[in-house]
Amino acid sequence: MAIIHIDGKSYDVKEGRNLLEACLSLGIDLPYFCWHPALGSVGACRQCAVKSFKDEKDTKGRLIMSCMEPVKDQLRISVTDQEASAFREQVIGWLMTNHPHDCAVCDEGGSCHLQDMTVMTGHSYRNYHFTKRTYKNQYLGPFLNHEMNRCIQCYRCVRFYKDFAGGKDMDVFAAHNHVYFGRHKEGTLESEFSGNLAEICPTGVFTDKTLKQHYTRKWDMTYAPSICQGCSLGCNIIAGERYGSLRQISTRYNGAVNGYFLCDRGRYGYEFVNSPRRIREIAIRNSTLATITADDALRHLKDKLTGGRVIGIGSPRASLESNFVLQQLVGQDQFYLGMTHTEHDLATLALKILKQGPVRTPSMQEAAAADAVLILGEDLLNTAPMLGLAVRQAVRRQPTQDAMNAAHVLAWQDAAVREAMQDRNGPCFILNIQPTGLDEIATRAYHAAPDNIARIGFAVAQVLGAPVTVITDLTEEERQLVQQIADALSAAARPLIIAGYGMGNEASLRAAADVSWALHAQGKPAMLSFTMPECNTLGLEMLGGLRLDSAVDAVLNGEVDTVIVLENDLYRRMDKHTADHFLKHCKDLVLLDHLYNATAEKATVLLPAGSFAESDGTLVNNEGRAQRFFQVYGATGAIQESWRWLLQLGAITGNERLRHMQFLDDVTEAIAKRQPVFAGIDHLTPPADFRIAGQKIPREPHRYSGRTAMQANVNVSEPKPPVDDDTALSFTMEGYRGEPPSSMIPFFWWPGWNSVQSINKFQVEIGGSLHDGDPGKRLLEPNGNSNGNGHIPWFTDAPEHFVPMAGHLLMVPVYHIYGSEELSVHTPGIAERSPGAPYIMLNPDDAKRYEVAEHHQLQLAVNGHPYTFTVKINPALHRGMAGVPVGLQGIGIAEVPELGKL
Amino acid sequence: MFSLLRSMWLVFLHMFHKRETYQYPEEKAPLPARWRGRIALTRDPDGGERCVGCYLCAAACPVDCISLQATEDEHGRRYPEFFRINFSRCIFCGFCEEACPTYAIQLLPDFEMAEYNRQNLVYEKENLLINSQGKYPGYNYYKVAGMAIGGKDKGEAEREEPPVDIKSLLP
Repeated sequence: MAIIHIDGKSYDVKEGRNLLEACLSLGIDLPYFCWHPALGSVGACRQCAVKSFKDEKDTKGRLIMSCMEPVKDQLRISVTDQEASAFREQVIGWLMTNHPHDCAVCDEGGSCHLQDMTVMTGHSYRNYHFTKRTYKNQYLGPFLNHEMNRCIQCYRCVRFYKDFAGGKDMDVFAAHNHVYFGRHKEGTLESEFSGNLAEICPTGVFTDKTLKQHYTRKWDMTYAPSICQGCSLGCNIIAGERYGSLRQISTRYNGAVNGYFLCDRGRYGYEFVNSPRRIREIAIRNSTLATITADDALRHLKDKLTGGRVIGIGSPRASLESNFVLQQLVGQDQFYLGMTHTEHDLATLALKILKQGPVRTPSMQEAAAADAVLILGEDLLNTAPMLGLAVRQAVRRQPTQDAMNAAHVLAWQDAAVREAMQDRNGPCFILNIQPTGLDEIATRAYHAAPDNIARIGFAVAQVLGAPVTVITDLTEEERQLVQQIADALSAAARPLIIAGYGMGNEASLRAAADVSWALHAQGKPAMLSFTMPECNTLGLEMLGGLRLDSAVDAVLNGEVDTVIVLENDLYRRMDKHTADHFLKHCKDLVLLDHLYNATAEKATVLLPAGSFAESDGTLVNNEGRAQRFFQVYGATGAIQESWRWLLQLGAITGNERLRHMQFLDDVTEAIAKRQPVFAGIDHLTPPADFRIAGQKIPREPHRYSGRTAMQANVNVSEPKPPVDDDTALSFTMEGYRGEPPSSMIPFFWWPGWNSVQSINKFQVEIGGSLHDGDPGKRLLEPNGNSNGNGHIPWFTDAPEHFVPMAGHLLMVPVYHIYGSEELSVHTPGIAERSPGAPYIMLNPDDAKRYEVAEHHQLQLAVNGHPYTFTVKINPALHRGMAGVPVGLQGIGIAEVPELGKL
Repeated sequence: MFSLLRSMWLVFLHMFHKRETYQYPEEKAPLPARWRGRIALTRDPDGGERCVGCYLCAAACPVDCISLQATEDEHGRRYPEFFRINFSRCIFCGFCEEACPTYAIQLLPDFEMAEYNRQNLVYEKENLLINSQGKYPGYNYYKVAGMAIGGKDKGEAEREEPPVDIKSLLP
């Protein structure tokens, strides 16, 4: 700790940070533009000037840029000094000379850092009366809008896009006062993280294009803290609503999970909530009623549920609460996990390794702090994009440390560090079936068949000392690679091993576990991260249930009368023929879902379920972190949370297990009580009766407008606002105006800080955790109490070497960030970026053998059923394999790896 | 006694004063130009809608009786998709006019808005939009803003340089 004197007052601050961070952490308002907590300092904008004094006697002092000045003991500075504040005002004045008169038509207005800083410095009158510089804008794809006139040349965009996220297609062009930030020519920004530019840019150069379609100011939205449903990482988001439709997703800072950023699928994949395909009304097949009320539906279902044999099929994309209530409704022995065969196996294995193994699974920010990375069969940018961004940071650790030692600079001195490290990267090894977007930062990228990748993993574990059966038949190249990986991992201080569902291969998970355990046995704090297919796969697996295949058997054997399917499209869980066959034999199929899908077409009863924006619930991410998401707005019509529908079904059928359950807290309490693995999830957020100063926490900012006019076209008498009985958040603007508990911050706002930069005010220290801890609770901790290896034996047997089978192709999954996920693809922007028609990826040799070329059609038989695909050639793919984009609409195949016969 | 007589005398004199009472509705009171009455949406000198849907009037409104939705035409010009004022709530404070950056929303010297049915006091855009520039003639927001709209490209606004040629190396 160091003592610094600011304007005559002494403060204890952390050494090694810069003065700007220190001032902001102390709550002192100091304007800045080019500095960003995640990007570090470059001292480009000259906005954060303060006066520094030599000693007590020095009255003159000198101006310094606080972001470039390390904290030193006994430093004397003045923020309020007249010369310093005049300087800061002057700088804003200059920045504004070319800034257009646009605020009224600018999407940033109301959440604009430039507006905030202008007010903060006191610059209020324009002294410049000459002409303004203008630029032509570019089309940047469906996600971002470009308005270059507003640029203040802080360089944050390129520093994020190029330096932080590794984008290639955006840069700064031209010179002097003509610098231009954009692409070399118009076109879609390729990076998976481009959407963050809307938050990184301190003004309105880059703004959210999907928000523009239904533009609403920040102060006019009803917000709720939520969790992204796009993949298994569980990034924290803020969802905003106005006039009954979801308008925007923005980052909700979580110092352990996603930090300041989100991927584009998470940020832009929300519009399915407003989709015309939403199920909004109750439907009962062959019903004679003109309109079906909830009571009618419940009475109809009462007979079905009490009379016959009922099973329930859960869903990895539904909340823990909904799955739990379904499980309790139908009984543990009638509850099936709605996952594919492969996903079920992978999730079971991953949970076993994480729960019983001695190695810790890291949070995303811990992963970003790793200094050596081994990725076994995972195309992170397509399966878990934000973890890919974490890996990008991880490979910078070693060279950053070297640069800091060699050049005597600090980590936040971004320009100096990058200059010293040039384009060196730390050890990172990526083994995958085909090239990935991260290969460019890899020390070595190797492409092979899934089993061969697992074999290399096992061989690495063996070199590191794991008792693995000796693997003999590696090629010379592979042997060298194994040695190189083993050396790098043993040299690292915090090695990270990543595997997951990307190849659908269990052996690679076992190999990853072995490698991490071997490192652990060497005494290293190794980390092991598994990606999961969906947002609650791990939670559902922890809840436990029977396999989906056995549900099929039970129905086909006639043991079942009614099947209740929870938020699940069974056509994504089994291939079309099985699903058709299964659904044909279901006497009654009750579906609770929010988007009309193939399963809904076959349902006999359709209950409209709330999407994540209309529900409260809990998700468990790939780290085993349980996180709560809150309802954003009151659902319209018959839409209700799935768990509420199921509770009502429980009540009407007199279910003993669901007695006395009515609200969210009742359900979470029951989960925590009945399933010890979920202990503590009832305390993720304060309970529904939580009040601060007797008040709830408002979902709406205090400037929320239009309350007496929004509904006036329907009825001039305002309706009573919806009441939230489930949580301590209110749907109105009335309530406690101070800082809410970190797990239920609906939006970031602070007096004088309207933009997202106000996050500074909610953190313990800049870039640290939120004031009362980062939200979420880890449910899985390593089991390291026995000697060496926890409670789980080593996996000793590597799989056999992959041998192509004559006349067959081993179909392996290929994932796409845009398109593979079920819900986000119902968003126009995401659909535009998706690869479109299903294809099959072949090695050129195979293509030659089967006499097909690019764009030709190839017919394959999978399990005796023919499928036709368009051929794509990929030389990196191993011979005898075929990449298939599972999850893409219209593919028909739900499950790979699978053998396809030509 | 004297004060009583004085008062009576003064009252008597008022018989010969000018009348303060207007015989409304036959006779209308002359209202000052800045009278805060009926709210209207005005047009710019070219006849285009002045309102750009910036939401500032709605935010400024102390009774929250303005609600609107901004949208954009194919050339990037912003306008309100709907614009609704609930006059049964409006207190005619004029904050909306004060907040408006484009002189679009204006309070006019007219107070004759009474209705028997409260629902009729909900005015939509078609009821609010007038074919006039109102109190501030000559102002055209898009002529000073940097956004390109149909008929005005980048660099064509007042006091703007032509767009930068980023490929040029000249100083």
